[in-house]
Amino acid sequence: MTRNFAAWPIILLLTVLSLPLFIMYLFLLVDTFSNTAPGSLLPNEFTLEHWRFLIDPTITGDVWKPTLTTVIFSASLMIIVVSVSATAGYALSRLALPFRRFVLSGIMVMHAFPSVTLIIGVFLVLQFAGLYNSLTGVILVKASLMLPFGIWIMKGFYDAVPWEIEMAGVQDGASRFTVWRRIILPQVKPGLLSLALFAFIDGWSEYMLPRILAPSSDFEVLSMYLNTVSDPNSSTYNFNIFKSVGLFYTLPVLALFVLFQNRLMNIFGGGTKG
Amino acid sequence: MQISINNFTKTFDGTPVIDDMNLTIRDGEMLALLGPSGCGKSTTLFTISGIHRMDKGQLMFGDRDVSGLPSQKRNVGVVFQNYALYPHMNVFENIAFPLTVRKDNKADIDREVRFIAALTHISELLERRPGQLSGGQQQRVALARALVRKPDVLLLDEPLANLDAKLRLEMRSEIRRIQLETGITAVLVTHDQVEAMSMCDRIAIMKKGEIVQIDTPADMYSNPRTSFVAGFLGNPPISLLNGIAMGNTFSIAPIKLRVPLGSHEGIADGTPLKLGVRPEHFGPEGDIAVEGKITFAETQGRENLYDVELADGSVLRSIQPAARNWKLGEPVRWFIDSKSAFVFSDDGLRL
Repeated sequence: MTRNFAAWPIILLLTVLSLPLFIMYLFLLVDTFSNTAPGSLLPNEFTLEHWRFLIDPTITGDVWKPTLTTVIFSASLMIIVVSVSATAGYALSRLALPFRRFVLSGIMVMHAFPSVTLIIGVFLVLQFAGLYNSLTGVILVKASLMLPFGIWIMKGFYDAVPWEIEMAGVQDGASRFTVWRRIILPQVKPGLLSLALFAFIDGWSEYMLPRILAPSSDFEVLSMYLNTVSDPNSSTYNFNIFKSVGLFYTLPVLALFVLFQNRLMNIFGGGTKG
Repeated sequence: MQISINNFTKTFDGTPVIDDMNLTIRDGEMLALLGPSGCGKSTTLFTISGIHRMDKGQLMFGDRDVSGLPSQKRNVGVVFQNYALYPHMNVFENIAFPLTVRKDNKADIDREVRFIAALTHISELLERRPGQLSGGQQQRVALARALVRKPDVLLLDEPLANLDAKLRLEMRSEIRRIQLETGITAVLVTHDQVEAMSMCDRIAIMKKGEIVQIDTPADMYSNPRTSFVAGFLGNPPISLLNGIAMGNTFSIAPIKLRVPLGSHEGIADGTPLKLGVRPEHFGPEGDIAVEGKITFAETQGRENLYDVELADGSVLRSIQPAARNWKLGEPVRWFIDSKSAFVFSDDGLRL
């Protein structure tokens, strides 16, 4: 790579700007493994006691059940969003559908709406369908709110695949479905992967929808669990345990970001063609 | 297999692109559809392949009417302009794709792919991916994939357009060799007359959705039916002079040029005419003297190319051996070979 300017001033600037965030995360990490005397800034002893909530359900309640629920929630969300976006995006990009323009602009409008504005309508629909207060209901609502984004992104990826490849497949004797599955789908794999990650992370961090649409149900996702732990009025309140739970909750997202950051950026590079 | 198109009509969004076209491609023949862009040659090609449907007309593969069949059921091999190889498959998988779709058994597929790869000289590239191949190699893979299931007809859409000059020469003869060896009926779409003339048995020249003339390259060059055909074939192109009929000659009065019309008798005096003179039929030798000045000279190595401007401003092109160099601005008295010149009516039809 040839450089037109030195990189170090930019790196320095970015370092200074992200320092507060970095220090905050560092202290979060340090605090979960140590005790600090009141009034002092530096920790004075190493301890694992803040992490004992992982094995001892008496402290803040069982953490593994909400974790499992969150995994199920995020994974179902990922599967629904990816499979519907992969097919719908293709249809909108390639097939001569009736009302195609209308559907496209509808998706755009849906994409622009914050989900809160729809919550009353969604509540009525769920109530009517008998899915209020159920995990299935929350998954369906969250997935349908994510779909406009997913479909739009996937349509962008499909648009970038040259027509000739598809025509060549048809010419070679393959049906449109075979062409889609064996030729086109592999071309949009980066898009599918990053969409899957986004859906999973989005599901993992969802708090509001389970809270509103399943307030009295018997399941709990990690964000709700964290909310319980963070309540300063509860009898078991412990700020360091709250930090540990918070870190435990953030860890998978951090790990996914670190592992797949290049692919996640793909979605903005390849999927913006309208 | 003989391909015939009968009374083919195609419109796109109300604009007629092809109107009532008839064309027969003989068994084992390589036919070029030649014409400027927008003349309907690619539309014709993709209609044969089944990507476009006919609005009216009939398409016959041998005795079989395939007008209503989708592409998948037509058994047509297509080589696209940008080759359209499948980037995620290696060369072997690319070539094998049409066969795997047909669910042939593995041993057969392997044998067929290796056979066709040997024919197209890409046997050593089977493990590579399209991205690792040069343009010429990709072209060979595209050809192999189109040929592997023994199609009734091979369609080539501007196959040489994306290659550099040297590869273009090589692939020109390669495509022709492979076509002759397989004996397949082939249609080549191109806007390059050199490609059409050098590769094909016959050329169909198209203009605005119509076939103007269909002939062998040599016949078309020596016997064009219109000034459009004469202007399209030949490099450097033919020069056209505007004049009138006068006493059984083609005449440009201001410069006292008179070219006998020979057998074309009985043209009323004063009828506007066009005279087509190929560059090789204008030079220091010939029978009708013309005076002019050299306004353009280009060295091409073996030959030199000149533009000679006549007194009335019209220009004649000439191609001459490089042995003698005329300079820019030099006055010359050269001759038109009147027997080889073409006479066209004002609307371009050959007389």
